[in-house]
Amino acid sequence: MSAELALLGPILAAMLAAATPLLFAALGELVVEKSGVLNLGVEGMMLVGAVCGFAVAVQTGSSTAGFVAGAAAGAGMAALFGVLTLLLLANQVATGLALTLFGVGLSALIGQGFVGIPIADVPELYIPGLTDLPVIGKALFGQDALVYLALAAVPAVHWFLYATRKGLILRAVGENHAAAHALGYKVIRIRFLAVLFGGAMSGMAGAFLSLDYTPMWAEGISSGRGWIALALVVFATWKPGRVLLGAWLFGGVTIAQLHVQGLGIDIPSQLLSMLPYLATVIVLVVISRDVARIRLNAPASLGKVFHPDA
Amino acid sequence: MNRRTMGKALMGLATGAAMLALGVGAAGAQEKMKVGFVYVGPISDHGYSYQHDQGRLAVEKELGDKVTTTFVENVPEGADAERVIEQLASSGHKLIFTTSFGFMNPTLKVAQRHPDVKFEHATGYKRSANVATYSARFYEARTVIGQIAGKMTKSNIIGYIGSFPIPEVVSGINAFTIAMREVNPKAEVRVVWVNSWYDPGKEAEAAKALIDQGADVISLHTDSPAAIQVAQERGLWVFGQSSDMTRFGPKAHLTAIVDDWREYYVNRVKAALDGSWKSQDTWGGFKDHMLFLAPYNPALPADVVAAAEKTRTDIMEGKRHSFQGPVKDQSGKVVIAEGKQATDEQILKMDWYVEGVQGKVPK
Repeated sequence: MSAELALLGPILAAMLAAATPLLFAALGELVVEKSGVLNLGVEGMMLVGAVCGFAVAVQTGSSTAGFVAGAAAGAGMAALFGVLTLLLLANQVATGLALTLFGVGLSALIGQGFVGIPIADVPELYIPGLTDLPVIGKALFGQDALVYLALAAVPAVHWFLYATRKGLILRAVGENHAAAHALGYKVIRIRFLAVLFGGAMSGMAGAFLSLDYTPMWAEGISSGRGWIALALVVFATWKPGRVLLGAWLFGGVTIAQLHVQGLGIDIPSQLLSMLPYLATVIVLVVISRDVARIRLNAPASLGKVFHPDA
Repeated sequence: MNRRTMGKALMGLATGAAMLALGVGAAGAQEKMKVGFVYVGPISDHGYSYQHDQGRLAVEKELGDKVTTTFVENVPEGADAERVIEQLASSGHKLIFTTSFGFMNPTLKVAQRHPDVKFEHATGYKRSANVATYSARFYEARTVIGQIAGKMTKSNIIGYIGSFPIPEVVSGINAFTIAMREVNPKAEVRVVWVNSWYDPGKEAEAAKALIDQGADVISLHTDSPAAIQVAQERGLWVFGQSSDMTRFGPKAHLTAIVDDWREYYVNRVKAALDGSWKSQDTWGGFKDHMLFLAPYNPALPADVVAAAEKTRTDIMEGKRHSFQGPVKDQSGKVVIAEGKQATDEQILKMDWYVEGVQGKVPK
């Protein structure tokens, strides 16, 4: 096996791990947007989830408790967003942006006493035989539990949205809230639950970063991953399976560019750092050419304020 | 008392001191000189800004009866910095330390408006009658760790995580590589740029990528301890940056380059007090106590530690220079001739790799 081929396994494994936080956050946001709400506060919810998850893990010594706390904290932030936009009818875009700014500050405040504290890493899966398989062993059978959870969430979200009655109702609310309301569905309650789910998923994404990916708390640890997750939802034209592809593409390019540098291949590193973003822009341009395709998948009531009298 | 509780106690002390400074100022203790500090990060970063604050605390401790200190943390580089510095200057501070490169122009602007206030700017190159500059010769410490890396590697591949391809970082890579090749001519350095000073996720990914490519020693010029954790998990060696990062990977952490501003700050405040302060440029190394190495990992063999200590003291006594000729660039061309040493100017403008580094400096 050549040296380059031997690298393929580690690159695959690292790619799956790098894609995990994006997958959590993007799947959560996808459900939120399918219900007709646009929450741009993903980055802020991720940060608050990361710091709360870390704080609880430090206090209790249990990373499981940390993940649960991270999800709860993310949901708490989302609840704030829900109250402002769904009950008080504030503008969703402005509130979402404010939620991110608020999350950046709040997480730094909570995290003050937790900077520079090391915690134990979450152990990785090890199945004798399978994990030792060449190339795919480590990638498929040697990851952290959360990586598998994120992967499992893809078919779960898809199943919920397209194979259950509740998913159908949620999509109906997102397509035409007035009609859904007329049919007797509780638009605000359904959307609020979707927003809470999105917040919990963002919180999990953050907790994965602070507990597992780099087990520490640092201000701004998410480094823009929340924004990438938002872009991924559009990139995937609101389809869970494509979110997975997008997350892998992002993770893959991020990891590959580091390897290219290490091998001394003469491509400017700044250009490589730019590639995932460039890929998003290109895909957005390509799918935007086909307006019908976007119309077909984009929730028709996305970002529109719902007033029961309307 | 472990480091964590000590850090907390120091933080408490700092807050207390800042409150005291304000309180005393209001009470009208006019004879005490006010000294201000501006930090780019939080003092809790346990890295760059934390080390500067250690310098401030040393001033408090040694000259607390003659001066009071104030600090402002988390000041973004740019227009906000000017406002913060102006605020300090116009509220009676007579000596102000601005501790990040990006504070250079704001410092000079404020200094022009306040000729009676003295300014000290870290890592910059522009001075004026009342603005002095200071920095540390970080590359000296990289010579020592490069030598350790050369002796500890078995795969002969060293991974180096760079922030930005600026002369400070490139000269560090070169000093490291020269010392490494001196003890191990077969070893090579692979550099990965993450284009950030602080992005734990990316730094960890970079460390993993380098290790997957066969590196068994990692050196970094970024500020987070993410790579230390990766090295610990993979059972390899790593060097810390800016402060002692042992607690993030006690087995993997060989030593760390630690900035130390205590002596310099105390001396400059003393000079301002007795009137001998003048604008100057200070670029200090081991000799000036601006740098030191964190405690060596007990797993390091005694002969490696002894050799490292000899290199350190030789640099301190001026018997050894990090860029002692002949130094060849990647093409094999001699850039620093035999018997010569790189001039400060050459080091401050370094934009080429020495032999032994893979890849090219991004342009």
